[in-house]
Amino acid sequence: MGINPDLVGRIYPAGASYQVGREKIREFATATKASSPAHFEVSAARDLGYADLVAPPTFAIIIAQRADAQLIADPASGIDFSRVVHADQRFTHHRPIVAGDELLAELYVDQVREMGAGAMITTRSEITTVAGEKVATTTSSLLVRAED
Amino acid sequence: MIEFSTLEKGQVIGSKTVSVNRGDLVRYAGASGDFNPIHYNERFAKEVGLDSVIAHGMFTMGSVIELVSAWVGNPGAILDYQTRFTKPVIVEDPAGSNPGDAAGTAIDIEGKIGALDAEARTARVDLTVSANGTKVLMKCQAVVQL
Repeated sequence: MGINPDLVGRIYPAGASYQVGREKIREFATATKASSPAHFEVSAARDLGYADLVAPPTFAIIIAQRADAQLIADPASGIDFSRVVHADQRFTHHRPIVAGDELLAELYVDQVREMGAGAMITTRSEITTVAGEKVATTTSSLLVRAED
Repeated sequence: MIEFSTLEKGQVIGSKTVSVNRGDLVRYAGASGDFNPIHYNERFAKEVGLDSVIAHGMFTMGSVIELVSAWVGNPGAILDYQTRFTKPVIVEDPAGSNPGDAAGTAIDIEGKIGALDAEARTARVDLTVSANGTKVLMKCQAVVQL
């Protein structure tokens, strides 16, 4: 049992918005061992021309994985989360995420393919502000390992 | 500031080592919201067929980009960042250590200029990332606005 191939083309609408907070940026930067003062000090971020603290380059994964959770929780997907392995990941930033942003993620299922006895699913999150401004596109491929 | 005209394809921008211990994985789980127990519970990791607890792929991806952020001096200049996760980074729990103070697994990183776009003033930095002598990320590339 792999992944339902009929999922390709499915779009999961954005759920609740995600409010980007300064403390979350600081916490995520610390957890990823990022040292730029622009993640920690508002004055340093402003010196670089940003309105507020800048999120680290992979911060959008928080929002993308929330969107992916909808798919994994969907009984129609057939995905067993305990067998999921992250195969690849990409972030395209249309502009940096900064503290104060209120973001939405719409999830697209772009591809499902058989991989031996398992299957690979590629999803894309289109992250925008609540006003509709494009902020980031993230793409993830998850390998669902076959039952032993 | 990096002077674009001085950059050459193949040039090494730098190298560094990031260490990861069990405490780092708990911190990353909390910060990211990814609480898959294979990243903190050895019994569970082994039951699902892993050798031990492994780092979140996103911890590795998230921490190795620091080399590029520090080089360019502006983390917001990273326009595009991608990788493939090819091998897990095993994080052991040495006897007698506090899991948050253990030396941890060393992740070795080297960055090289992979491509330059003079018109867009962007550089693609290709990262070589290995742990215990094995490459753990492939096609790890960041496009930076200069």
